[in-house]
Amino acid sequence: MSVSPAGLPARTADQSSRAFRYFEQVFGVCAAEVQKLYHDPFELFTRAIQPVIWLLLFGEAMARVRGLVTGSMSYINFISAGILTQSVLFVAIFYGIAAIWERDLGVLHRYLVSPAPRSALVIGKALSAGIRGLSQALVVYILAGLLAVPISLQPVHLALMVLFIIVGAALFATFSLIVACLVKTRERFMGIGQIVTMPLFFASNAIYPLAIMPAWLRVVARLNPLTYEVDAVRALMLRGGTSDFGVGSDFTVLAVVFAVLVGVAARLYGRMGN
Amino acid sequence: MDVSRSPDTVSPAADTSGSAVIEVRALTRRFGSFVAVDRVSFGVGRGEVFGLIGANGAGKSTVIRMLTTLLPVTSGGATVAGYDLVRNPGEVRRHIGYVPQLMSADGDLTATENLLLSARLYGIPFREIRSRIEQTLAAMDLAPFAHRLVKAFSGGMIRRLEIAQGLLHCPAILFLDEPTVGLDPAARHAVLGRLAKLRAETATTILLTSHYMEEIEELCDRVGVLREGKLVAVASPAELKARVGPAATLDDVFAALAGEEAKSPEIQAYRDVRLSRRAARSHG
Repeated sequence: MSVSPAGLPARTADQSSRAFRYFEQVFGVCAAEVQKLYHDPFELFTRAIQPVIWLLLFGEAMARVRGLVTGSMSYINFISAGILTQSVLFVAIFYGIAAIWERDLGVLHRYLVSPAPRSALVIGKALSAGIRGLSQALVVYILAGLLAVPISLQPVHLALMVLFIIVGAALFATFSLIVACLVKTRERFMGIGQIVTMPLFFASNAIYPLAIMPAWLRVVARLNPLTYEVDAVRALMLRGGTSDFGVGSDFTVLAVVFAVLVGVAARLYGRMGN
Repeated sequence: MDVSRSPDTVSPAADTSGSAVIEVRALTRRFGSFVAVDRVSFGVGRGEVFGLIGANGAGKSTVIRMLTTLLPVTSGGATVAGYDLVRNPGEVRRHIGYVPQLMSADGDLTATENLLLSARLYGIPFREIRSRIEQTLAAMDLAPFAHRLVKAFSGGMIRRLEIAQGLLHCPAILFLDEPTVGLDPAARHAVLGRLAKLRAETATTILLTSHYMEEIEELCDRVGVLREGKLVAVASPAELKARVGPAATLDDVFAALAGEEAKSPEIQAYRDVRLSRRAARSHG
């Protein structure tokens, strides 16, 4: 009874390999998001304000507090890496709201009826958060440079920095997408977003070192992916910056967490259209 | 083999012939205890235009959402474009186009960028992408607006772009869920004209839902009437009218067969109404 596929009207000549097609699907989703930013970059400018406030107000004030032991590093150097990571996190963590918006509009369905594997859709969306993260990072680099923070401009450091920002942003964007798939409404999502963001930020080494934390908080911080992001960023951003865990370990932790989150998100995203 | 266009010669029996491109077998969907779609079976032949009508909540959209793999089936199944809906949803997706009731074009992208996204999602060969997009835009009368942001489009233009998106990969079947909802008469006319042309020029099978009886009559070879999740009639518009009375219109058919809208609270009516009104607003 079934129609043989060959009997159907002419269709896409299917010569490209699976891997290439997967890459193309990821790229297509990501490129569409970047095109939106190109048409309306207003969001990038408003987002740039937050790191300015943190560095100029919080950073400069806290730098006067002598109680914070940040090793050989001055506090403003220490916190600039934290603020960079934080601004990338904040861009990514509210990313899921776009998915809820797309679901309400109906745009989500166009993705879900396409033959693209759900994981390709999730990764494409997540990588576009990485692109937004890069624009945030640029702002922090410029600002930190103006504050005389010794920024490393070694090509290797910059290249690795790009990698860490994209993986970090993609990781938290995927986490955000999972939350969005679970709560399904914008109101609930905003509530959860507020609850999640602050603990992620404060239970990390972003604005104070692990060493000054009470033992229980240190355990929490060690379980927090943001800690590994900050650790690597601190080593790569600053001249003479050092990492507690090693940049390679940081990357491994982030990559594994990202992969697991993509797996979960891909399952949930497919059901979001129900 | 082409299915005959003459409505009077197409009988429901024809749909089980070897040329059926959609074959629905006892398709069922429950939401909790509410049976939204109840053992629905029908077939659609290659190149046929098949309409689903029914009151709000009768299960039209639920049928389409199952056939397009968006919603898992509770029981029963279907063969869509030669592939089993339940076992092989990936291949089904590759061979269908879908124009949902809500928006499927992204307002923050241009028409070309929207189509480029579709081209990449469907793996259209790189060297064909540009010409395919140009052709599809021209076929939908959108060529002059190729690089305009979709949020500046009129409702009818958005719908035609969405149909272009659905057709870009030359699907075997195009699913349209209330394609003209919220459009003014001129825009409706333009959308229907494009669909009639598509029907005349290609072998694309079309399955659509609609509340407008005149457009069902204008476009469809056969019509299925859903009532409270059950398929109560499948026939050509002419046959359906003859069944109801000598001078009956399709509106009379609707009144006689489709009944009133379902009153079960489980069908998320509030959410659906809110969403479709919002979509209608942005389309209009």
